[in-house]
Amino acid sequence: MIELRGLHKSFGQNNVLAGVDLSIERGKSMVIIGGSGTGKSVLLKSILGLITPDQGQILVDGQDVTQADRDAFLARFGMLFQGGALFDSLPVWQNIAFRLMRGSLKRPKDEARDIAIEKLRRVGLKSDVADRFPAELSGGMQKRVSLARAIAAEPEIIFFDEPTTGLDPIMSGVINDLIREIVVDMGATAMTITHDMTSVRTIADDIAMLHAGRIQWTGPVGDMDQSGDRYIDQFINGRAEGPIEAIR
Amino acid sequence: MTGALGALGSAVLAMLASIGRVVIFAANTVKHLALHPFYPREFFQALVQIGWLSLPVVGLTAFFTGGALALQIYAGGARFSAEAVVPSIVAIGMVRELGPVLGGLMVAARVASSIAAEIGTMKVTEQIDALVTLSTDPMKYLTLPRVLAATLSLPILVAVGDAIGIFGGFLVGVNRLDFNSAAYLKNTVDFLETADVVSGMVKGAVFGFIVALMGCYHGMNSGRGAQGVGRATKSAVVAASVLILASNYILTEVFFTS
Repeated sequence: MIELRGLHKSFGQNNVLAGVDLSIERGKSMVIIGGSGTGKSVLLKSILGLITPDQGQILVDGQDVTQADRDAFLARFGMLFQGGALFDSLPVWQNIAFRLMRGSLKRPKDEARDIAIEKLRRVGLKSDVADRFPAELSGGMQKRVSLARAIAAEPEIIFFDEPTTGLDPIMSGVINDLIREIVVDMGATAMTITHDMTSVRTIADDIAMLHAGRIQWTGPVGDMDQSGDRYIDQFINGRAEGPIEAIR
Repeated sequence: MTGALGALGSAVLAMLASIGRVVIFAANTVKHLALHPFYPREFFQALVQIGWLSLPVVGLTAFFTGGALALQIYAGGARFSAEAVVPSIVAIGMVRELGPVLGGLMVAARVASSIAAEIGTMKVTEQIDALVTLSTDPMKYLTLPRVLAATLSLPILVAVGDAIGIFGGFLVGVNRLDFNSAAYLKNTVDFLETADVVSGMVKGAVFGFIVALMGCYHGMNSGRGAQGVGRATKSAVVAASVLILASNYILTEVFFTS
């Protein structure tokens, strides 16, 4: 279980996170929604230790992440970055097997390649993609390779940062279905940040809305449409009029 | 008046903060040398990129500089009938000063810029964050192999550049200034001391460290977008060039007085 308690983070005068409290149950898929610039990525990167919060606690299975062994902690995570973040200098299979070729999870090269190809198949790509470089792939293929990299080491917790940004609606649907399938199959805990409502309805068990640095509303995805919260209502229906200022 | 002093104070503080950040970055890089793991594949790739592929530009620079140096010394020496010093001055000038400095500057232009652009782009496209999430320390995976490769390959590049520069001077001396080829070579060898060569190679090692360190530092601290990467690249080349020239003076003082 992931638990955030009173998380604060400011950049200069800008209070991005102003006391975030949130719990994500083991094996559940939590989707964080919120407008652009509301701190969704900061929240996710804080949990991974890429950004140090100013205040507050992040607990994973009851253990404070700042006190955990960093390598062992990160070995439990997989992450799909918004732009893919594939390493340009490495072929696709080495991108996917990156973690399996170094550090505590190191395997023999052939085994790492076999796992990479199996993960490629898992995300619907053929093995001939394995030796190509990321720059030779389309945006959708890059996203799938990035997804394959995120699941290569069978992580317990997977983060998805805007998984459908920049993709056409059909490819977005493919990625959403893949994420849902993978999360269910692996029994992983998932945390996704997005403002794509189709993704929300496909991927989420629970949702939380981040607004003004705090969790505005959280609950099961099925309750979202009848939440009675004006903020979430405006957001999911994409209305310009409402309590959230359209121009921030 | 107060405003101007305040601005001056802020600028000095900002400069000191920058120096502090670079020193901490350098100390972190050196510290990682002693820590597990080491990435040999990345190190050898950096060695090829920085050392081997810089050879043509360093060689050409040294060749033409050696030739021009021979002509200049001949013209200057002729004013007091000292044309015979051309071989020894070309050799000493190339080995002690021009070989390492020009080699360092050429590598700074070629390598510091490419390292800063590559790492800066990796930062902007979240590849550095991805490395961290894949349990890989970017300082170990990106910075250390490049800094180590540059520090080890620059002395060799400088030595090769020295030889090519002296050969450039020899060609000009023999073909253009009518020196006897055997006498030119004898003069070169007789006047050149081991300390000259070693001091130039030590300079090369320091310049190599500076070049890669500046490339990595500015790349890792690159701003957002194309403009941020462009600024990081420019800063890396400018900082590396200035630091090469400044440290060259300090090293020359050290070698001169010792």
